[in-house]
Amino acid sequence: MADNILEIKNLTFSFRTYGGVVKSVRDVSFDVREGEILGIVGESGCGKSVTSQCILRLNPEPPGFFEGGSILYKGEDIVKKSDKEMRKIRGTEISFIFQDPMTSLNPTMTIGKQIEEIFVGRKGISKAEIKERTIEILKLVGINEPERRYKQYPHELSGGMKQRVMIAIALVGKPNIIIADEPTTSLDVTIEAQILDLLKDLQHKMKTSIILITHDLGVIAKMCDRVLVMYGGKVAEKGTVDEIFYETAHPYTAGLIKSIATLDTAKEHKLVPIDGTPPDLFSPPAGCPFAARCEFAMKICYERQPEEHQLSPEHMCACWLQHPYAPKVDIMKGMEQEGKA
Amino acid sequence: MSEIKTELTKEQFEIVGKNIEKMESISRPSLTFWQEAWRRIRSNRAAFFSLILLIIYVLLAIFAPMLSKYGFDQQDAYAMKQGLSLEHWLGTDSLGRDLWVRVWMGARVSLTIGLLAAVINSVIGTILGGFCGYYGGKLDMVVMRIIDVIYGIPSLIVCILVMVVLGSGVQSLIIAMVLVGWTGTCRFTRGEVYRLKEQEFVLAAQVMGEPVFTIILREIIPNIMGLLITNLTMAIPGAIFQEAFLSYIGLGISPPQASWGVLAKEGTKMLQVAPHILYVPAFFICTTVLALNQLGNGLRDAFDPRLRGTE
Amino acid sequence: MTKYILKRVGISLITIFVLVTVVFFLARLMPGGPFNDPKLSETARENLSAYYGFDKPIFEQYITYLKNILSFDFGFSTKYPSRTVNDLLAGSFPYSVDLGVRALCFAISFGLVFGIISALNRGNKIDLIFVIIAVIGTSVPDFIMGAILQYFFAIEWGLLPIAEYKGFAYTILPSVGLGFYTMASVSRIMRASMLEVVQQDYIKTARSKGISRFRVTWKHQIRNAIMPVITILGPTVAAVLTGTFVIESLFAIPGMGKYYVESVQNNDYSLILGMTVFYGTFLVLCNMIVDILYGIVDPRIRIAGK
Repeated sequence: MADNILEIKNLTFSFRTYGGVVKSVRDVSFDVREGEILGIVGESGCGKSVTSQCILRLNPEPPGFFEGGSILYKGEDIVKKSDKEMRKIRGTEISFIFQDPMTSLNPTMTIGKQIEEIFVGRKGISKAEIKERTIEILKLVGINEPERRYKQYPHELSGGMKQRVMIAIALVGKPNIIIADEPTTSLDVTIEAQILDLLKDLQHKMKTSIILITHDLGVIAKMCDRVLVMYGGKVAEKGTVDEIFYETAHPYTAGLIKSIATLDTAKEHKLVPIDGTPPDLFSPPAGCPFAARCEFAMKICYERQPEEHQLSPEHMCACWLQHPYAPKVDIMKGMEQEGKA
Repeated sequence: MSEIKTELTKEQFEIVGKNIEKMESISRPSLTFWQEAWRRIRSNRAAFFSLILLIIYVLLAIFAPMLSKYGFDQQDAYAMKQGLSLEHWLGTDSLGRDLWVRVWMGARVSLTIGLLAAVINSVIGTILGGFCGYYGGKLDMVVMRIIDVIYGIPSLIVCILVMVVLGSGVQSLIIAMVLVGWTGTCRFTRGEVYRLKEQEFVLAAQVMGEPVFTIILREIIPNIMGLLITNLTMAIPGAIFQEAFLSYIGLGISPPQASWGVLAKEGTKMLQVAPHILYVPAFFICTTVLALNQLGNGLRDAFDPRLRGTE
Repeated sequence: MTKYILKRVGISLITIFVLVTVVFFLARLMPGGPFNDPKLSETARENLSAYYGFDKPIFEQYITYLKNILSFDFGFSTKYPSRTVNDLLAGSFPYSVDLGVRALCFAISFGLVFGIISALNRGNKIDLIFVIIAVIGTSVPDFIMGAILQYFFAIEWGLLPIAEYKGFAYTILPSVGLGFYTMASVSRIMRASMLEVVQQDYIKTARSKGISRFRVTWKHQIRNAIMPVITILGPTVAAVLTGTFVIESLFAIPGMGKYYVESVQNNDYSLILGMTVFYGTFLVLCNMIVDILYGIVDPRIRIAGK
């Protein structure tokens, strides 16, 4: 088994706003291993983006601030680093691919300049070398006529092209970890597939680790080695892809799986949406954040936060249903099918 | 887990199910659009204070000249260029006229011009812009080209020309300002209508066979009312400035009639001897414009929460 | 780009044409205007007749007038028949342009710097000071600002010369007075724009690249935030240059504005019209140049117009 390259322990990150403190990330722990693709899945507002941006300290601080926990990269704690120290990590050690390529590129700077910017202020590399490497990376991410694109501005490129440029920016510094925050959400389905293939291909070639953030379980199934399911700023369940899909332990994960359609969804299977909306993180509920939307919710779920249950070396689930006292239910079937008592 | 371990009992593990009602019942009581806007204006201290100040100015402009024992053009050779005193609250000008009365007479002219010019501009601009946006096509193209041309000529040049032709006076000032002023509102309304006309509630009105005029007036305008009011508020300072400018170069209001522009002009001439003659009208011009700008900002924020915090 | 420039030039030419035409018909049709003034001197009447060609049909008069304008002949004074607009312009226009350019330089440079400092210090005392300056600055008409500056810096404290235009020290008060309003609006727009841009995704991208904070602010934030300021430059140039009218008469600067105000006070209509045409044309051209520059600066427009 590969070594951990990034270890996140009990990370808690909040924002001070006019209305009070929003606890966006609460007590989240996970690790990233060399050369793996780790998926983080959850609804909008579940804290997955904030968590990922904590790793590069990209959340605005203030109003954001760390309430606790640590992010260990190569044995050093990112939470304790200054902005200057962070600069050495950003781009060359860990890089980021943002959600919306349309708005994530500077409209007044050429593509080439934006990629080359990674090398600004870094010693030991000549201008010619930088340009050569930029052209090379543009070729690598599948951009035709890289010499011409190099001099163009973002608005001259299509959405898919822009995302390839974003990937080029993330790759050019040869980072150890790439964080991709919903890299395909704003793209057409056909382009989405191309971009995902490209990412997987590049990851294979360059042996980097990728943290892939998405709300799409289909993407997870296609791309990832391990998965982290987040809900209400907390980790609901984590495990290998097989464990998450075939030994689903958390009702929220089950809900996500039931709400996606696949070609081989059998006729008798209905798509089941998850009712309700995620909790208000201004005043997170005392118990399990998912309780109010969970058809298996028990009294205890409203009262106390669930304990973490280790089901296998990889598989963890934070749900009271795993407690020995809990009734045995099949979470992949609804309560109705269970024959509610 | 960091929580204190208390003994768990089996009863706690009884399934009780979802509780969506409870979760979504926290939402705030709903307010109408206007109630919400009024609540925001009140909570914006600068805007609310500005509103009160403007109301006071309007009341004073109406009543102060009536209640004073001096006439606005009543000269007093024995009381020239006096400073502030109990006799003359804001002093007197170079001809011994009482400045308190002249300022409020001037306020009548300046505020009327500002308000009337802004309102007429808005009405013309909104109606024309509404039709252009709704119909598009040739009408739209012609009006837009006209606007391009008018917009290209600096508005003061047009005002000066009109004033030269029509002679000075409140009427000519308003005509001059309207000739150039309607273009801004027209462009803005056109854009908004263009955007709104594709939306379902307008389509619904069309299907129900409402006449175009009713659709524009009843369905579309109410939706952009907030922004129109904001624009109107922001347009008044411009008109007050233009009046002051034109009066200063001798094309606006002619003395002994008073306007803030005329008073300021007289003040600049007396600057070395009696600076208060300038400071008094300058104070009222500046505070009025300041209050209108703040109120405008407040209204903009009140009607559009997305813009909050940019100023 | 060529198409964009051609379009701008086209609109400007049409605008100038409309302006010139309107002035012509206004002048001819003006009831009680200069042409029907019984007190008009003999020479003045002859001059008018020669300039407009009164004996010919109105259409021909119009053509003559257009020809005059095209050959940069903007007419003459009715009060002082020996004076032509061109004479006046030759002596006074350089002063106006000089003052206008100084005021613009002051307004834009200080406005941008104030706006940037304000935005970078958002919410603290420095920001508050600059916001107050900006709010007050946009509430004071330029001639009042000029008069107040004149009173304090020249009359009360005697730091700077009170009037005229004979060296750098003389230019400070009029330029600041003229540019203050524009400076304040530029600073407000720049501040709002900076705060808008800092929330954009590409700023996060830039930060994720590990470049210095200075570079992020300079190359990404300021570079993009300046765009909205450039869009208001056209109207701003016009505002500052028309503002010279009042500032010049206030500071007794022998520029166009001073003569303009004088001609208004003397009811010298022919002179007013001639100068208005010249001024209007000049401002339309300024606007056009700003528009074209805007196209060059913003790559989105530059490419779109190709």
